[in-house]
Amino acid sequence: MGPNGSYVIDDHEKGLFLLDRSVHVSEEVLRREMSNIFAKCWIYVGHGSELTKPGDYKTRRVAGRPVIFVRDQKGEVRCLFNTCRHRGSIVCAEREGNLRRFMCVYHGWIYSNDGELARVPGEDAYTEAFDKTALGLKRPAKFDHYKDFWFLNLDPNAPSLRDYLGKTTDYIDLVVDQSPSGKMEILPGTQEYDVAANWKLMVENSVDDYHLPSTHSTWLNFMKNSGVVVEPPKEKGLVLPTKGYAVDLGNGHFTTDNVNFRGRPVAKWIPLYGDAAKPEMEAIRAELVTRLGPERATRVADTNRNLVIFPNLVINDGSSVTVRTFYPEGVDKMHVTAWALGPVEETESARARRLDAFLTFYGPGGFATPDDVEALEMVQKGLANWQDDRWSEMSRGMGREDGEQLNSDEFHLRLFWRKWNAMMGAAA
Amino acid sequence: MNAPVAKAVSRAEVEDFLFREAELIDNWRLKEWEELLDEDACYYVPPNDDPEGSHRNTLFTIADDRERIRQRVIRVLDPNCHAEAPKSHLSRIIGNVRIVSVEGDLVTVAGNFILHRYRRYERMGEYVGNLRYILRRVGGSFLIKERRMILKSHELGSLGSVSFIL
Repeated sequence: MGPNGSYVIDDHEKGLFLLDRSVHVSEEVLRREMSNIFAKCWIYVGHGSELTKPGDYKTRRVAGRPVIFVRDQKGEVRCLFNTCRHRGSIVCAEREGNLRRFMCVYHGWIYSNDGELARVPGEDAYTEAFDKTALGLKRPAKFDHYKDFWFLNLDPNAPSLRDYLGKTTDYIDLVVDQSPSGKMEILPGTQEYDVAANWKLMVENSVDDYHLPSTHSTWLNFMKNSGVVVEPPKEKGLVLPTKGYAVDLGNGHFTTDNVNFRGRPVAKWIPLYGDAAKPEMEAIRAELVTRLGPERATRVADTNRNLVIFPNLVINDGSSVTVRTFYPEGVDKMHVTAWALGPVEETESARARRLDAFLTFYGPGGFATPDDVEALEMVQKGLANWQDDRWSEMSRGMGREDGEQLNSDEFHLRLFWRKWNAMMGAAA
Repeated sequence: MNAPVAKAVSRAEVEDFLFREAELIDNWRLKEWEELLDEDACYYVPPNDDPEGSHRNTLFTIADDRERIRQRVIRVLDPNCHAEAPKSHLSRIIGNVRIVSVEGDLVTVAGNFILHRYRRYERMGEYVGNLRYILRRVGGSFLIKERRMILKSHELGSLGSVSFIL
């Protein structure tokens, strides 16, 4: 650790930024992350579109907590702790389904799907002090959404979700603007993959465009084989065919903002999609221009953006849209869950194209993600030397002016680490 | 003289074909494996939370048409496919093979598989599930029109990447 209990050495004068590698290997750091970060920040739970009918539910682990993400009989989206108030068992073991009531199999306590305690077998054995109305399933201190992206917060004193998200909503809006009705939905089918690496390495990897030419050379070859022109960088300092920036969104959130070269289902045709897709994609683009105006349509269709909402939600609007969240299962293991997101009114053919484009890059069987996983696991293995090789070098682009920081610089990674470092209690 | 082809297909023939395919895939002889594929062959790994879904409206792990399979083979054989450099050691057992239906020259086949994967001196995962193939009878053998590998595990996380041919 550096001066003042800091995990970073942040030398603006010299333009150097170093990260203490203990952050990826220390059990003590992980324990404090649970209390200082995952119990303080707004953590993504799910998307409202996953629960279409009253009674629809998904059980998941969020911030280490087993929860039931459910739409109650009145249609309200709720997040309930999946823990019986009686003796602590989970009350729902299924991954998903539709239920009016959750029953604890141990002693048969039954909860309605809004969390209220509905029935206790042998209730007459209790005294008057037994208050059923106070024994509903507990809930996180706060639970709120922005455009149907639902988050929980375990801290009753946390700022509102809108204040927390701050400027990230501009970038969420750019994704949601793909939909003529402003409604996006999670598509059926979940991808899950564990990575034998510290969870924070996935934050870095999700926005680090410096790694693309080396880690993903086989994906770039695939794009070329499919007829995409991948031109060499035209400007000094670039590593990608087109220019992109790293953007500070405050509160530890950030995004890349890149001119697209890799095609987008909405709505930038590449040969991979086939000639037959051209008329439909032109129509999708024409709708964007009519609805949003030419400038905003260009932002939606011709840029891709990898957005990190601190600490562990990534929305990649790239080859397709993926919503990805990940959570530590130990210092050297994370569990990743990823979904595809699309406009609710998408046609059958456009939906198929979106999913196909997704699989060209993302996921455990994609042409790129497995190599990311490999890179992160190799980092974790290398970090076993952390005590003798203490600092990671993360100064790339520090000489550049703010606003000129590239997607292939490490400016945005430093934003994450500064926020993380402050939340972990380092003196400024 | 149109005797049903069904009588002409035996389980042993199908098994021999599947065992031959397994040998090629397990040993990364993927160019030879491609010779077993029909010109419109598809390869699917559906998500385990929606195994009966269609890849056109459901996010799969893998949904390759013939051209994508060709590109997948190019990719995984490239030394810069980091997820498979060094290559996984693969060993699969295929069993419980049965012929589900025969229509004309198309044979639908079901079976089970257990695939062990080792890499970097570690056991990486145990891939267990059902296979479902549509084979086309050609001469004395078959070509694969569709191969669907359905993973049984409740969660896919511990299996990590599917960076080889499942």
